[in-house]
This record gives sequence, structure tokens and C-alpha cells, in this order.
Amino acid sequence: MKTTLPARIKSLTAAIAAIGLLAGCASSGNPKDPIEGFNRAMFAFNEGLDAAIVKPVAKGYDAVLPSPVKTGVTNFFSNIEDLFVGVNNLLQGKVPEAVSDLGRVVINSTVGILGLIDFASDAGLEKHDEDFGQTFGRWGVGNGAYVVIPVFGPRTARDTVGLVLDIAADPVANHNPERTRDLALVLRFVNDRANLLPADKVIEEAALDKYSYMRDAYLQRRRNLIHDGNPPREVEADSGSTDRPLTAEAGVVGPQAESAPAPAMLVARTQPPEAK
Amino acid sequence: MKSLFALFGGLLVAATAMAQDVGPDVLVKTVTNEVLEIVRKDKDIQSGNTKKAIDLVEIKVLPHFNFTRMTQLAVARDWRQASAAQQKVLTDEFHVLLVRTYAKALTEYKNQTVVFKPFVLKAGETDVRVRTEIKQAGAGKNVELDYWLEKSPSGWKVYDIEVGGISLITNYRESFASEVRNSGIDGLIKSLQAKNKSGEATSVKK
Repeated sequence: MKTTLPARIKSLTAAIAAIGLLAGCASSGNPKDPIEGFNRAMFAFNEGLDAAIVKPVAKGYDAVLPSPVKTGVTNFFSNIEDLFVGVNNLLQGKVPEAVSDLGRVVINSTVGILGLIDFASDAGLEKHDEDFGQTFGRWGVGNGAYVVIPVFGPRTARDTVGLVLDIAADPVANHNPERTRDLALVLRFVNDRANLLPADKVIEEAALDKYSYMRDAYLQRRRNLIHDGNPPREVEADSGSTDRPLTAEAGVVGPQAESAPAPAMLVARTQPPEAK
Repeated sequence: MKSLFALFGGLLVAATAMAQDVGPDVLVKTVTNEVLEIVRKDKDIQSGNTKKAIDLVEIKVLPHFNFTRMTQLAVARDWRQASAAQQKVLTDEFHVLLVRTYAKALTEYKNQTVVFKPFVLKAGETDVRVRTEIKQAGAGKNVELDYWLEKSPSGWKVYDIEVGGISLITNYRESFASEVRNSGIDGLIKSLQAKNKSGEATSVKK
């Protein structure tokens, strides 16, 4: 049994998409979230999984391991990720960034002892955040429907396809033998979760409805990442007013507008950014 | 003697003018540093005393926030259908929610440092973004923390905060809008009040 993880993920996402289509009939009217009923169920499932298993494990991990070890783990996986970040930067035509990512891998894999220490950041080579979903976004592919995937959490349709490729290209998921691979995958998962622990309480404090808070945060975050931190400011809706532009208005006005998202919003979400 | 008075008078005028003319970047930097200085020394806040963190936010940070504008941005289009009285209640409740969230974030503070990105105020600009970045002490990615400020007669006021590209204000739009759609402005006010009550209960327990 050679690695079938990417294949398994693929069939999983296909199944989700199918369920999503079915669930689409019973939905709430937010144009960005046509399968909200299904998503809320999945979100509840993920929250349950997190509360029962993932979070307790991450908390234990966080409490037991000394901080330098955790930093080492984070840096180690971050170094592997940089290679893949570089590939995505190249695919997006951002050559200087790709070169810098490659430089990071070279420095951190050698001087940084197999990536355990992040010397490259100290040397001024900034860490980037890229993946296939962002690359597609950069190429002009729109978000598509928002979908909550079991275990992985929030994605858009575009980012779900991106996720399949991310996993297919992930050196950790493709590692042999399987035992070290599985161990590494679990370690990375737990470490990532542990790094997010401080954010939990703040989100609980802030959110009126955690589901929509997480959803809208995810969508904003992805939009920001695709534009490398400089998303175009949403178009001024009514000039002369002091309001900040309201692209979200389309979903707010009434039943007739709910089925048809405002063109401005689609443009804002699908437009490829101008080359830097 | 006369010239001495003139000198004092001049200094006074200069000082008031300073308060009015502090650039948005300087304001963000001063307030951030002041607050972090206090949090670093305060063991209570570090160990999760939300009440104390709230006091700190109320005194140091709030004078520089424009809550009406923030609430207006979050409530978006529905703002216009709210009566003046409703707008006031909404603003007050949203104020409590934001302060509590901000305070909670402060209690999670652990040796991060803040880097202030270069900022140039162009002539005549009245609406700007000041960029900062939170550097994690050990592991963890850096987080961008940006402030949107607008110029007012009483100096620059923050009206939006973005964490890693997520606006803490507009992030409420969809959920506020669906509250209003389902149960009107009063429904939104009720759920904000309920949220703030439950938050109060947990912070007292702490």
C-alpha cells in the first residue's frame, strides 16, 4: 500500500462537493455561502472534534514541550514549506520572491541545521505565505462557494482545489516510509494547532456567532493573502457619504438581491491584482 | 519679564498644537508603546485579569477611537434605518464588545514585540493606514496589525483595525446584517447585550 493520501483526500473532497450540491437546496441566502446549512453542520463537527481531541492534545503539547523545542518544530516544517511557497511564487510570476524563498531554504537547511533555526529571517529574507489556492486567485479564479471541510476547516471552492494540490505536492505527505510520514503529519498538525491556542479566547470573546465570524475572517484573510497584503480598497459605493465602501450590501438588502450578488462584489473578489 | 511670559505663552500654544498635530503614525506608536510598557510590568493582566486590562484600554486607548464610525461601518446599510436612540445603544454595546475583545488580546500578550512600518503622511491626507507587525517571541508567524485613522478636529482617530488582513470591524457585517434581517435593529441590540452580559459573567469568574 503505497501512499494514497492525496487520492483519499481527492475522493473526500469530491464527496463533500456532492453533499454540498445537495445541501445547496436548503440554504440561507448569503451569496458567498450558498451551502450554509451543510457548512454549519460541518463546522459543528470540527468544533466537536477540536474540543474533544485536537485542542486537549495541543494544550498538552504546549504545556509539556519547552519553548525552544516548539520553535524548532515550527521552523522545521516552515522550512519544508518554503520550497513549496517558492514554487507558488514562481507560478505567480513573482520571481524575486521565489528566489528569496529558495535562498531561505538553502540558508535554513544548512546553517539553520535542517531548518530547526530560522537564520534567513534574521538575515532579512522575509517568510512568505503562498499556496495553490492563492496562485489560482492570482490567476483570476474567483472564490466560488464557501465550504467547511471536515478536519481542514474553512475553504472556498477554489481553495479546496488548491488544497488537493497542496497535499499532492506536500513533501511531508509524500514522505516514505509511512510511519515517519504519519508521525510527521500529526506532529505538524498538533504544532500548528498549539500555535493558535492564544487566538481561541479572543475569538470566543469577539464573536456574536462564531460560525459567521470565522467564515468572514477566512474570506477576508484569503483576499488579503492573494493580494499580498494590499487588496484594492473596496469600491466607494456612494460617493459623498462618509461610509466606508459597503461591498457586503448586496447580501443585506432583501430577498431579490440575495440570489444575485452585486457585480461589484464579484469583480472585487475575482479581479486579478495588478502586477507590482 | 514680559518676554518670559511670552515664552511661556508660546510654549503653551506649542504644546496644544502638538496634541492636535501628532501624526497618525506617531500616535499609534506612542499609544502602543505606552500600553505594552504597562502590560509588561503588570502580572495581573498577564495572568488573565480581564477587568484590569479593560481599565487600561478604557484609559489609554479609547480616547483615540471613533466608536460611532466603527459601529456605523459594522452595521453598514442598516445603520440608516436605526433611530438616533438605537444608534446610540448600538454604539455603546459595540464599544463594550470591542473593548472586551481588545482587553482579552492584551491578557494573551507574551513578549511579542511590535515593529512599526515606515509611514509617510502625504500633504492633505485625512484617511490613512498605519502598518505595524507583531513579532512572535519564539515560534509562530508574524502578524500584521494595521490601523485605519481619520483626521478629526481633536486629532487622528482610529476607525478600523486589521489583523492579518482581517478587519475587526467589517468582520461583523454579515452577522449583524443577518440579525437585522431576522429580528430587526432591536434584535441586533438584544443579541449584542446578551453577548456582553455573558462576557461580563466570564470575566468576573476569572
